[in-house]
Amino acid sequence: MLFSIVVHAAPVQNQGADTALRFARAVLAAGHGIYRVFFYRDGIHNGSALSSLPPDEANIPAQWQALAAEHGLDLVVCIAAAVRRGMLNAEEAQRYDRSSSNLAPGFELSGLGQLVDACLQSDRVITFGGRS
Amino acid sequence: MSGKSFLIISRSAPYGSSAARDALDVALTCAVFEQPVTLLFMDDGVLQLLAGQDPQPIGQKNLNAVQQSLPLYDIERLCVCRASLDARGLETQQLLLPVEAVAAEAIAQLIAEHDVVLSI
Repeated sequence: MLFSIVVHAAPVQNQGADTALRFARAVLAAGHGIYRVFFYRDGIHNGSALSSLPPDEANIPAQWQALAAEHGLDLVVCIAAAVRRGMLNAEEAQRYDRSSSNLAPGFELSGLGQLVDACLQSDRVITFGGRS
Repeated sequence: MSGKSFLIISRSAPYGSSAARDALDVALTCAVFEQPVTLLFMDDGVLQLLAGQDPQPIGQKNLNAVQQSLPLYDIERLCVCRASLDARGLETQQLLLPVEAVAAEAIAQLIAEHDVVLSI
């Protein structure tokens, strides 16, 4: 079965981001596929290249990157939600004349159309942090 | 691209968080992709449709303006939870747009009859 995962929860403050990551691993371990992970609302913070945690705490953005590298996941961050919250790639940093960018490698900025497309292409769409 | 029906469930008050605006953005995007969309307002979400909002003093954009454009995007099926209206002493006549007030069993039916359910 083909899944897409929608993440509204930011790491650290909400368990939802960690739960989404665990769900993604469980989906893959059960032999299913993941069409896309779409980060919306505060979920865009999952794409931070600058998350810095004590060594005994989970670095969720780094774990998404590792999982994506291993399984070729499509990690899409909502561009409108991201730029509002100061999550920029190099191109957007240039567009908005900002001094630096902070979107981690492995994540891509794109529009809400990618969420609709994920819903159309996937057998199941599961949202994490939808009530936070 | 095959078509699917979308149910978007919104349960938060219009201001105080971006949830209402974010749900509308998803609904409008579905409509731009020519997918049929139903909006369901539950809990404090029923307050989103109250007519005559004036959020300017708190520096927010008026949601009513975006809501008024929903029919232009062919988003015409707006459902509100009857129990949530009752709990807040509201009538459908106080709302900006025509809505279906639905009972709990009908909400289960709505969820069952749509291909995709998104909660925001």
